[in-house]
Amino acid sequence: MEIGQNSIEKSVSPAKTTNAKSLRLVVETRQTNPVKTFSDSQTTHSPLTDVPAKIVIRDMNFFYGTVQALKDVNMTVPANKVTAFIGPSGCGKSTLLRCLNRLNDLVDGTRIEGTILLDEENIYRPEVDATDLRTRVGMVFQKINPFPKTVWQNVAYGPQLQKIRKRAILDDIVETSLQRAGLWEEVKDRLHASALGLSGGQQQRLCIARALAVNPEVLLLDEPCSALDPISTGRIEELLHTLKERLTVVIVTHNMQQAARVSDLTGFFLLGELIEFDDTKKIFTNPGDSRTEDYVTGRFG
Amino acid sequence: MAFLKRFFASGSLFIWLSGGALACSLLLIGGLLSLIFINGMGYFWPKDLVQLTLNDGTQVLGEMVDTQRIPETVTTAFPEGQTRIQLKVGNRDLYGLDFRWVDEEDIAQQTLPQDVVAFERREWGNFYGWITEVWDGDTRLAKGRDQAWNVFYPFLEQTEAIHQEIHHIERDVIGAINHDIEQARLNLKELELNGKNLSEGSAASLQEDIQTREAAYQKQTQRLVGLYEQLNRYRVTLIDVEGKEKTFPVGGIVKAWRPNQMSVWAKIWMYAENFWGVLTEEPREANTEGGIFPAIFGTVMMVLIMSIVVVPFGVLAAVYLKEYARQGLLTRLIRIAVNNLAGVPSIVFGVFGLGFFVYAVGGSIDQLFFSASLPNPTFGTGGLLWASLTLALMTVPVVIVATEEGLSAVPREYREGSLGLGATKLESLIRVVLPCAMPGILTGLILAVSRATGEVAPLMLTGVVKLAPALPVDSLFPYVHLDRKFMHLGFHIYDVGFQSPNVEAAKPMVYVTTLILVLVVLLLNMTAIALRTRMRKRYAGASV
Ligand SMILES: Nc1ncnc2c1ncn2[C@@H]1O[C@H](COP(=O)(O)OP(=O)(O)O)[C@@H](O)[C@H]1O
Ligand SMILES: [Mg+2]
Repeated sequence: MEIGQNSIEKSVSPAKTTNAKSLRLVVETRQTNPVKTFSDSQTTHSPLTDVPAKIVIRDMNFFYGTVQALKDVNMTVPANKVTAFIGPSGCGKSTLLRCLNRLNDLVDGTRIEGTILLDEENIYRPEVDATDLRTRVGMVFQKINPFPKTVWQNVAYGPQLQKIRKRAILDDIVETSLQRAGLWEEVKDRLHASALGLSGGQQQRLCIARALAVNPEVLLLDEPCSALDPISTGRIEELLHTLKERLTVVIVTHNMQQAARVSDLTGFFLLGELIEFDDTKKIFTNPGDSRTEDYVTGRFG
Repeated sequence: MAFLKRFFASGSLFIWLSGGALACSLLLIGGLLSLIFINGMGYFWPKDLVQLTLNDGTQVLGEMVDTQRIPETVTTAFPEGQTRIQLKVGNRDLYGLDFRWVDEEDIAQQTLPQDVVAFERREWGNFYGWITEVWDGDTRLAKGRDQAWNVFYPFLEQTEAIHQEIHHIERDVIGAINHDIEQARLNLKELELNGKNLSEGSAASLQEDIQTREAAYQKQTQRLVGLYEQLNRYRVTLIDVEGKEKTFPVGGIVKAWRPNQMSVWAKIWMYAENFWGVLTEEPREANTEGGIFPAIFGTVMMVLIMSIVVVPFGVLAAVYLKEYARQGLLTRLIRIAVNNLAGVPSIVFGVFGLGFFVYAVGGSIDQLFFSASLPNPTFGTGGLLWASLTLALMTVPVVIVATEEGLSAVPREYREGSLGLGATKLESLIRVVLPCAMPGILTGLILAVSRATGEVAPLMLTGVVKLAPALPVDSLFPYVHLDRKFMHLGFHIYDVGFQSPNVEAAKPMVYVTTLILVLVVLLLNMTAIALRTRMRKRYAGASV
């Protein structure tokens, strides 16, 4: 827990802030009440606190039946940054990601403790509509999953669910979403062909476009490049760079180089625990925990 | 030894065994289908008529149907034995039997007389012989075999037209009048039940209505009498091979042909005509002659209604079981029950259909909506609807199981992808999951259709009859009469093959009906399979 506190001071660039006190000030002027409480919290890892927090996870435990998959996770995901989760298989990265848009609600026998705040609101309050939440927090999956429909229908799927019926509006959304996903030039002539005819990399970017079409504030990506070749991977990584201007990105990755390349912050998980969460550069050059060091240098996992 | 060991170890034995089993099944199925096909298709071919002179001087004329070795004549010295020939000699009114066996030994001479004529008649089966005279009332129009044939032949087409008109009047015109009268009577009866005075108001106008309708009915029957007179106006005198004469009206003849003079092309043309006739005509002579159109229609209609019912029910049940129900002991038990239900003998479903649909549901419907026509049941007796529902009940487990499998095959990523875009569970189901499960659902439908089309036992209790007076669809409101009894190919086979007075004559009809039943199953399945292929193509690349 000390680590987090230390890392704040070390990680923040000296040009912007000089000490912890001014840091606090920045936070207070930008955000109102609840933020103060979490930044006060001793247990919250919150590097880069000069940036408004988008998601705050506090004292979170997660259970599949009796098996505990996440233990006492605390973290603050800053807005308009790319946050990466790394760690060996089965350490709970996907589970945490899926908690952020309540996709785990649908798995029988799961239980969650603690709170997850999105823009200061607990998304697990009973009155929160999970389907609304999921339009705010979009997701791209490890297994590339365009629907067996046309390209157009795939992208228009989300907007249509929101009862947008006008063809012109939908066309517009489809075009901008595909452009944001960097896919428009490649598919503009085959919008009405099956999405399953695209290459793997195109399909994954289509899935990103599909998620962007509902204008989410947060985009969750669960190992989006694990089935792709290096060139397609590169294109998606570039894409993440541009996307973070407009939204908050959380990416799970197995590939350490990828985490180092694309993310601003990195969290390292081990056996359901968040071991270290800090500026990416620090995690990869000077980690605070020996286990993190072992992992990023490839000594285990 | 080493070779054998290696042979067993290599698994070749197993490959040979499984290959052999497959070959055996294919052989059996192929044999069955070709038996049906050859016998069924042979029925339509206009065969030559052979005239045999026997040793004792008797003459026999007929189609050669079958040859057989006489078992008693087979001895060790003479293993070939002697053969006998089965002839279809027709002329049931003269000989009493259509078929006759002749020992080959007894035949002195065999010829193919060129001018012999085969007649297909509306009664008494075929007549084989010669036409000698044609009569208009009491005046003779023609005499002599060729002249009489030339004069007679054009009359045949005229009578066909008259028959069609009679059919039209009897079925459509008089049918409509009867329907109206029946309706008016029912309305009257309802008024009577409500205690109204029958000589005033709407009741009086109803009475009047009935009277005008009855007058119209009389007029139509007059017309029919006239038409029947026309039918009987021309008569022909026929003579059989032994010189027995018989005179009867041209109206009693359906078709006449001179098989021994026909070219192959003429025979092929007639073959096609005969085939078409069986598909489109109604049965005659206790179903052993004529066509089987009502049975085809009834079968297809029943299967369609069943499909319309069984698919939504099966799919909804499967969706609940798979997607909504909490998986546990109860759902497991339900699955076992559903699977067992698929194995319950169909007659049990028939009894249930009779007790529940016909008596309980149908009886109540009659009490509530058709009380005026009681005690005559409307829905309280077997009918198309109840038969279809019974079969739907019987096949719903198949659809449930297949749909569940289809749903399981839809990748989890599709559901989560859809949910992740803000879809509710229902929206995901309707827009992504069910379309992807469609091939599975259609597989269920294919299996259900195959089973339902061939099923006879439950239908016998719930609405099939050997001869339905009217099709379940006609021009009278409400056009589709689900309460009507109907004919069915499977039951037709049973009825013609085992319940007809003239089994030998009915045999070809059994083969033809079987062939058509197989073709109908094939056609219905092909449609569903084509649909499924299209779906699969649309989802090509998806792991469904
Ligand atoms: N649906 C589930 N039911 C039960 N256990 C699960 C389920 N999904 C994941 N787990 C378990 O939770 C732990 C974390 O899994 P996951 O979040 O998928 O790990 P990661 O994505 O880091 O590889 C693993 O031990 C896994 O076996
Ligand atoms: Mg994972």
